Amino acid sequence: MAYLHEFRDRKSAQALLSTIRNESRPDRDYRLMEFCGGHTHAIWRYGLREALPDNIRFIHGPGCPVCVLPISRIDMARTIASFPGVLLASYGDTLRVPASGGRSLLHSKAGGADVRMVLSTLDCLRLARENPGKTVVFFAIGFETTTPPTAVAILEAKRQGIPNFRVFSNHVLTPAALRSLLLDTTPEKQVRIDGFIGPSHVSSIIGTLPYEPIVREFSKPLVIAGFEPLDVLLAVLMLIRQINDGRAELENEYTRVVTPSGNPEARALVDRVFTLRESFEWRGLGLIPNSALAIRPAFRDFDAEDLFSVSCPSVSDPRVCECPDILRGIKTPEECRVFGTVCTPENPVGSCMVSSEGACAAAYTYGVRRTPDLEVRP
Amino acid sequence: MCLAIPVKVIRLKEGSMATVDAGGVQTDISVALVSDVTVGEYVIVHVGFALSRLDPDEAEKTLKILAQGGIDGLPA
Repeated sequence: MAYLHEFRDRKSAQALLSTIRNESRPDRDYRLMEFCGGHTHAIWRYGLREALPDNIRFIHGPGCPVCVLPISRIDMARTIASFPGVLLASYGDTLRVPASGGRSLLHSKAGGADVRMVLSTLDCLRLARENPGKTVVFFAIGFETTTPPTAVAILEAKRQGIPNFRVFSNHVLTPAALRSLLLDTTPEKQVRIDGFIGPSHVSSIIGTLPYEPIVREFSKPLVIAGFEPLDVLLAVLMLIRQINDGRAELENEYTRVVTPSGNPEARALVDRVFTLRESFEWRGLGLIPNSALAIRPAFRDFDAEDLFSVSCPSVSDPRVCECPDILRGIKTPEECRVFGTVCTPENPVGSCMVSSEGACAAAYTYGVRRTPDLEVRP
Repeated sequence: MCLAIPVKVIRLKEGSMATVDAGGVQTDISVALVSDVTVGEYVIVHVGFALSRLDPDEAEKTLKILAQGGIDGLPA
């Protein structure tokens, strides 16, 4: 595919790796957090961790919407799905995340609830038109990338007069999470990060400008990068140069898509429909102020939270699951006791094993797995 | 989740929709989020919506930097 395969070229990768080997200092290590699950996936899938010198470490960040969705919100979605006359639709991975009692929305579906997988919010509008007797609830998750399509669906439902379409909004904001990671000074939650690989497609919407104050305030280099392996390698080189020079600047590797101002039209549509929530719970990061979006009162006819007024208490993660620490970069997937044994992509215990861009699922699928110690008795 | 791919616009349709070519597969997407999309342009598509244009000149610049291993010049 044009503009995709060129950014996976082996020869260019070898040239970049050679430059990185020459320019990285052997007397120090470089701890780089890739914020997005898309980058985590690319790093594992293309073996970048093994290809790079050992002193360049990737610390996987919380930028995977399925992974950071707290159990209570999935419990709420399961409650909504259980009401008679409701058809609940969401993007694929969301349906597989285990909530309270290890039950996911797929369990709801197996139990008779009408739960559907959709690829686009346009599918939800079609479902609403085709099922006039049902209330079609879109369980909306995602960062700034995924929010504009939800806003368009709500505006279209209003314009076309589709009365049976509702959105259960769980849209969250990237800069707020980045700031929260850097602000937390609890000693046991401290993890040294020398620089950030910044979001690709989130930045196509928000642009580069929202990262400026964070880079300045915390003096951390941040390089916005595309999701292809050569994009990641070039961003690593740019970060190493900044760190070697003692600079902490905002740079953009993904200039073919990301501009300083992003997509103001998309943001204007989001602003029309959504408003900031005072606070929202993130798995692993806890309550973060001004980090998520709710539907404005003017569009309450399309707000599932307004119609159903469900609330579910905050629920702790299963005790054996290390997802909260993995999402903060404190632990690696391999450091979790149940990784690859009890917890697998087919039978996930925690959210990081569900989405293909979750750190655990990526490590399980593409990494070298330890085999459980089996005691062989004669 | 935020994965998005470059596709080529091959036909504009009513209601802010467009037919695009995604590596030989034709599909319809919404172009409601990107104004004045024209046939032949590349856009980045995510969950059935174009999010932004892809700038071919910038792509070429980056590819040149990549081809020589990032030794000279970096994206600005």
